[in-house]
Amino acid sequence: MLLELQKISKHYQLGDTLIKALDEVDFGIKSGEFVGVMGPSGSGKSTFLQVASMLATATSGEVLLENKNVTSYNEVQRAQLRNKTIGFIFQQFNLLARTSAIENVSLPLVYAKVGERERSERARTMLERVGLADRLANTPAQLSGGQQQRVAIARALVNDPLIIFADEPTGNLDSKSGDAIINLLVELHQEGRTIIMVTHEDEVAQFAERLIQFKDGNIISDTKLKQSRARKKQ
Amino acid sequence: MKDIVSIAFKAIFLNKVRSFLTMLGVIIGVSSVVLLISIGNGLSAFVTDEFDQLGANTLFVVPGDLFDGDGGLSAESSATSLINSKLTMSDVNDIVRLREHVTEAAPLNLQTDQITFQGNTENVTIVGTTANFDTAFNIPTAIGAFISETEYEGTRRVVVLGHSVAEDLFGSIDPIGKRIRVGSTNFRVIGVAEEKGGGFGGPSFDTYVYMPLTTFSRSYNSDSIVRIVVKTTTTENLAVHKQALEQLLGQRLKDDEFTVFDQSELLGTINQILGVMTAALGGIASISLLVGGIGIMNIMLVSVTERTREIGLRKALGATPNMILLQFLIEAAVLSLTGGIIGLALAYAGTLAVQSFIPAVVTLDAIILALSVSTIVGLIFGVAPARRAAQLSPIEALRYE
Repeated sequence: MLLELQKISKHYQLGDTLIKALDEVDFGIKSGEFVGVMGPSGSGKSTFLQVASMLATATSGEVLLENKNVTSYNEVQRAQLRNKTIGFIFQQFNLLARTSAIENVSLPLVYAKVGERERSERARTMLERVGLADRLANTPAQLSGGQQQRVAIARALVNDPLIIFADEPTGNLDSKSGDAIINLLVELHQEGRTIIMVTHEDEVAQFAERLIQFKDGNIISDTKLKQSRARKKQ
Repeated sequence: MKDIVSIAFKAIFLNKVRSFLTMLGVIIGVSSVVLLISIGNGLSAFVTDEFDQLGANTLFVVPGDLFDGDGGLSAESSATSLINSKLTMSDVNDIVRLREHVTEAAPLNLQTDQITFQGNTENVTIVGTTANFDTAFNIPTAIGAFISETEYEGTRRVVVLGHSVAEDLFGSIDPIGKRIRVGSTNFRVIGVAEEKGGGFGGPSFDTYVYMPLTTFSRSYNSDSIVRIVVKTTTTENLAVHKQALEQLLGQRLKDDEFTVFDQSELLGTINQILGVMTAALGGIASISLLVGGIGIMNIMLVSVTERTREIGLRKALGATPNMILLQFLIEAAVLSLTGGIIGLALAYAGTLAVQSFIPAVVTLDAIILALSVSTIVGLIFGVAPARRAAQLSPIEALRYE
């Protein structure tokens, strides 16, 4: 297993009531898998994503990354872990405003203490990879939504992460741009990338090869989807 | 570290107007503190210089008790004691007789009056003195001659004009030999003193009109002497010379009717007053520096709130809390230091602008003080916003709208 969650619970105290956002969830992902995560709001899929991507810590349970127990890592260790092993793609793109595409893509490398020259080289390569070779100096305001999300994908890839987490990557895009982004993710998967993608759109979820469904803090189904992806992808 | 510095610089540069307005408090604070210190230092240097010109072997005798018990200037010293001066010409003659201690002594009396030449009228200070005043005070005449012994003994109606008086009254006309009216009496101009400049903190020799003390006494019906300048035989042992003078004058006058002092005493007192003044004004001005610091804190807090998502993103991508802390601390310090540098430049410009009235100088101390204080202000007031940013949870921050 590349990443394994064992009996992960996440509890919040909201006033007098205890909210069990995750209730002893077990999950594992192998290298190269593309997992879709679905579920109604409040089902725990977002919390799952946060814990699995080292953004949040669980109330109980163990997290293993490459068979190494990282459950009790402190904030600094988790920041470094995210920097080196996790790539993030957000619904809101989350690019730095008034900052060029190439600088946005370089950002994880700044915190990885990579030298300036190598940073811009690798960022340029990634932007070329996502088809934005001619938009290096453009700021987010000068890019379309789809282009912005591609910059964000380049940023997620630039430090060569073990897993890419995509949280509703098409949620803010029109269907055409959304399709292009999905195609890009599928391509990345075919290149061997490991991807976990949260979405509420069935159509989008079908592109994954495995789909897990959340409800009330538990995984209620975990199915292979290889057929449908092959059919939809042309 | 270098990258975090450049991130901080970029944030400042992306918000130019806001950054400038944030700096404004520090700019005003630093420029006013530095300007005031410069003026204070300049005045102090100027006064020292003025007194140096008189020479180190100079003692002054003035009526009344000039210094209070603690060495400061006593409150009622000047005005009342000048009017009630008990010093007379015979004291001067006695002093000159102390050959072991004294080479010469020049008395003087002061009176303001009007002088007129061809309809031009000037209000000036009339100085009645003896023939050796020019050497005692180191004021050579530029043209003509100073008052001679003969003119003094003969109670002649002659005057020597201070440099700027001569200019104002005569312009391009040669004043030597011309007749002017002093009060209601005609006088003949026999000389014009060399330009001494200054006039701030020390006596303004350029605006004086000198006449023989004998003539002065008759004209203004006043025998008193308000100051005696004494040149001692040696520059060392001033205290011994001073004691001899005090002993001599003490035979006739009460202790509180005269004061003998050397310039270092007066200089010390003047510098002390200037120092207190500079410190007080500087203190008041540094309040604006404090206000500037609060301004920086305020804007940085706003900035942290506004950039919550950015902070969340940076943390998600691998920035540790310390990196975020450093980023915002550097941003605050750079804002403040830049404000300090601009303030310093303004203070320097201000110093150049006032230099024609006040001898101000920007010293290295003031520069170092301004830059270090403004950096420290930025760091101190940047800590709270930077800590807030560093402690943001990446999840909460990313969710922030």
